[in-house]
Amino acid sequence: MKRKKIYSPNFIIGLAITATMLLLILIGFIHTPYDITKMNSATKLAAPSLQHLMGCDNFGRDIFSRVLKGMGNTFVIAAATVSIGSVCGVIVGAFTGYFGGWIDEVLMRINDVVFAFPSILLALVFVSIFGTGKYNVIGALGIAFIPSFARIVRGEFIKYREMDYVKSAKLAGVPQLRIIFVHILPNTMPVLLSSIMIGFNNAVLAEAGMSYLGIGVQPPSASLGSMLSESQTYLFSAPWYALFPGLMIILMVLGLSLIADRGR
Amino acid sequence: MRYVGKKLAAMIITLLCISFLVYLAFDLIPGDAALAALGTDATPESLAALREQLGLNRPFMERYLEWLVHFVSGDFGTSYKYHMPVADMIVSKLPITVIMAVISFFIMVVISLPIGIYTAKHSGKRIDRIIVALNQIVMSVPHFFMGILITYFLGLILKLFTPGGFVSYQTDFWGFLAYIVFPCFAIALPKIAMSVKLLRSSCIEEARKDYVRTAYSKGNNTNKVLYRHVLRNAMIPVITLWGMTLADMLVGSIVIEQVFNIPGIGRILLTSISYRDYPVVEAIIVLIAFVVIGTNFIVDVIYQLVDPRISVQS
Repeated sequence: MKRKKIYSPNFIIGLAITATMLLLILIGFIHTPYDITKMNSATKLAAPSLQHLMGCDNFGRDIFSRVLKGMGNTFVIAAATVSIGSVCGVIVGAFTGYFGGWIDEVLMRINDVVFAFPSILLALVFVSIFGTGKYNVIGALGIAFIPSFARIVRGEFIKYREMDYVKSAKLAGVPQLRIIFVHILPNTMPVLLSSIMIGFNNAVLAEAGMSYLGIGVQPPSASLGSMLSESQTYLFSAPWYALFPGLMIILMVLGLSLIADRGR
Repeated sequence: MRYVGKKLAAMIITLLCISFLVYLAFDLIPGDAALAALGTDATPESLAALREQLGLNRPFMERYLEWLVHFVSGDFGTSYKYHMPVADMIVSKLPITVIMAVISFFIMVVISLPIGIYTAKHSGKRIDRIIVALNQIVMSVPHFFMGILITYFLGLILKLFTPGGFVSYQTDFWGFLAYIVFPCFAIALPKIAMSVKLLRSSCIEEARKDYVRTAYSKGNNTNKVLYRHVLRNAMIPVITLWGMTLADMLVGSIVIEQVFNIPGIGRILLTSISYRDYPVVEAIIVLIAFVVIGTNFIVDVIYQLVDPRISVQS
């Protein structure tokens, strides 16, 4: 009998890319080859070389080190955003889907309002009220991400609440909360996991977009988006300055989306 | 008709909620129009007098309703910084953003439809695999980085356009179009990849169904089955996606405007945020939200025309 091939080549590639990215982020947390804020006029806009793998920026700072730190920032923001979005989304979705009734109606209407509001606009409202910075970006994107998770989880709960095993658990006197979180929630995991990965990608793209606009992570902290925005002035003389931060965003997103694709 | 009415009511409620929440959010920020007009060294007495004169002491709901009535009739308030009506500031910029979204949408439909059908027809072959792989990569590119790549390769290397050489549609309409096409491609490309992927998988899924076999058994050839039977059903999820992307494109152009140095709505929004010019920020955000929700409503109605089952279900 032929053994069923479980992992597609795409999945393996995705896994390899994501593992490499995580490794780079981890290295960035522990150690960077150069100090990311140290300026050096001798290496201004230097081309990639063995000393500076990705070249240097307009202040002579090592781009590779800044990319490592920037990826770390992006990762932390995206992970925090998705955590807020998925935890709140699961709670809202689980209760509305399981109980139904007027709570469902009210919460889903609020959900629709937030969902209809483009996430980058919500982030802009946040930023104009509370100011720029890492935590405000996390708060804004986190709230913007709740509705999509709530919708998915709600749909799953509506599907499962009528199933026989849930009904018999109810008859056996299992508390409602236990049914929700111990009996039903694990069954929603495959769907939830793939939407967490897609959500993570969207958060990476949104964060990069916001720091590109100058309303995300503030200098002198490194971020891939603000590096891209700075690099545009030197696009002709130093194209590598734009290339590497952009490439890293693409690889982060590509790796996870190749993995997430298998779930569907 | 009942379906349209229901959707219309839902849309109006959503619009009211959003305008209320945005107004409330900006009302809670410390600092108001009186403080902005007189500056920080104004005496408390003069501030109180101006607040009385501007009607800022009235109850919140009264002010909100007045603001809403003015907003709907086209009076978006006065800018703190430029002391001119917000409507005058944005009226000449709005067409830029809207034209960009419309062209991007057009590019997306015109390019993704043939490619999607082609890959679905040739699924499993080498060309299909290449397009699928390419799609996956393009989908991962943030649109502003796509804009930078286009600026570099098409603008600086091939010299097809001058980066930063934007001309207003009022002075030179064709020059404006010739410039605007490039940012539109930057907005459209990732969306093209998405819709090609969706159209392909949706076509392949439909082609497995029984009615397709029936259609073949009646003597139709592949093209007839594809265009008359499969495509009609396969288009439904794609239209949903397109509806969602139209709103995305409007908002996405805020970012792309910065890449290509276009003085549109996005530019005003960002500078107003940094100047804390709240009436302008408030007006633009509510306006964009209105356009996005209005678009969603139109898409819902079109969607129901394409697939009559929807109105029966709800």
